[in-house]
Amino acid sequence: MGKKVLLIEDEPNIIEAVSFILSRDGWEVKTHSNGHDAMEVVRLRAPDLIILDAMLPGKSGFDILTEIRGDAALGATPVLMLTARGQSKDREMAERAGVSQYMTKPFSNADVLAAVRALVTP
Amino acid sequence: MIGTRIRERRVLSGIRQTDLAKQVGISPSYLNLIEHNRRRIGGKTLLKLAEVLDVEPTLLSEGAEATLIAGLREAAGEQDDIGAEVSRIEEFAGRFPGWAKLLADLYRRNEGLERTIETLTDRLAHDPYLADSLHEVISSVTAIRSTASILVETEALAPEWQNRFHRNINEDSARLTEGAQSLVRYLEGAPNIEAEIKSPQDEMYAFLAARGFYFPELEQAMAGPRDVTRLVQSEGQGLSTPAQSLTRDLLMRYLSDARTLPLNPLLGWIASIGLYPDRLAEKSGVDLAVVFRRLASLPQSEVGPVGLVICDASGSLVFRKPLDGFAMPRIAGACALWPLFQVLAQPQIPLRVRLKQVGRGAETVEALAVSTQVSAPSFERPALMQAHMLLMPERPEAAAAPLREVGVNCRICSRADCVARREPSIIAEGF
Repeated sequence: MGKKVLLIEDEPNIIEAVSFILSRDGWEVKTHSNGHDAMEVVRLRAPDLIILDAMLPGKSGFDILTEIRGDAALGATPVLMLTARGQSKDREMAERAGVSQYMTKPFSNADVLAAVRALVTP
Repeated sequence: MIGTRIRERRVLSGIRQTDLAKQVGISPSYLNLIEHNRRRIGGKTLLKLAEVLDVEPTLLSEGAEATLIAGLREAAGEQDDIGAEVSRIEEFAGRFPGWAKLLADLYRRNEGLERTIETLTDRLAHDPYLADSLHEVISSVTAIRSTASILVETEALAPEWQNRFHRNINEDSARLTEGAQSLVRYLEGAPNIEAEIKSPQDEMYAFLAARGFYFPELEQAMAGPRDVTRLVQSEGQGLSTPAQSLTRDLLMRYLSDARTLPLNPLLGWIASIGLYPDRLAEKSGVDLAVVFRRLASLPQSEVGPVGLVICDASGSLVFRKPLDGFAMPRIAGACALWPLFQVLAQPQIPLRVRLKQVGRGAETVEALAVSTQVSAPSFERPALMQAHMLLMPERPEAAAAPLREVGVNCRICSRADCVARREPSIIAEGF
């Protein structure tokens, strides 16, 4: 069984495409599509990596990231944040919240795959 | 300066002072005194001078530059820190009419550009509709790019996956097309206003403005919620569903206010007391905020120009009825120095301030603000508050109220070293 990736994203076709490329690369992919109960899912899945959309219904990716970093059990989990907002202040906000890598949409599949491979040590 | 204008006109016509004096029937020395503004002139002499110089008498008495001088005064008022010699403004316009016109025209042009910047900046920075549309477009592009790459790069893709990804691309490209077209119409819709895609709030304000914010059918003693529904269904047919919902809510509050403070007694009290919201509230026994809303809903013929802005506790503007001379941002991001926000911290303690907006000429408006509770607190959530700010042209009796210099929003405010500044100004510091 491959390493576990939790993809939290609200666009179903992005979920499908990213899940496909990661699964094909051998990752075990779980998905979730809202911010309301994202933390419960993170705790339940205990993934090796989280791919997190910045703008989610219910709770923003920035808030979820802050909660992850404040959680003793999950705090060290690498988080790759995907966002449609490329402004420097958003990037700074993500960095302050403790993001491992920040990637703006639209991204290339190769870049996502490379980032995931780099963030999770085999 | 009537004398200066007579002299200029004579010189332009190529008539010698002696000849003009002779034709008008006055002595050359007297004309000389008139031309140097040392003698007042009017009546028959002025008419005769105008006739000989072949100009309308008013051109000599009032000057073609009456509008010009008003424009120069506005320009000088805006930049009062430069120290323009306002007392010599007529002399300047009289002696250098070309330069004066150029200056006044540049001021007008600058003012127009500021308004354009304000509108565009407001749209880009604070418009949730625009932000949502952009997000939708980028999300569609992301999904298409990612899916298309899979189709191109995967040699042996199972047919069911191929079908699924083809369907996804088809869906996303339709979404993208729709989103992109909406954005283009939204950003470039003007000057064809009808073609412009508006937010639900914009639609609601257009609906209210078309009626002058006044709905006589809801002022009737027998008016009820069915009249609101009928109004929205008949006149609000062209509105989007969210805009209809917003309009319905607003008209329901209008109806409730009209029942609390009916039109005829209100007009009677205004006639006997005057346009004093606090005294009207005391006389009628209703909340000051209700009086504000009622005054803002009355026709201008009854109460003159009245503006109103309402915000919730987050500072979001939830209602705007504009007043000439006081600009308001479309959705959010208003100047934090407005008394509207100050009263949020002091519920039921009204505030009267005279306001002058930076970069808006010398116009001063009277602002009356109060915040009230709109829903009771519970153990699950705090009380919901709203602040109201009524705006009227400055009245003499408000002269004792403090004068405050405020802006519209930070992006288009040139005020330096402002304690309330949230972001740099594109006017003062560039884009």
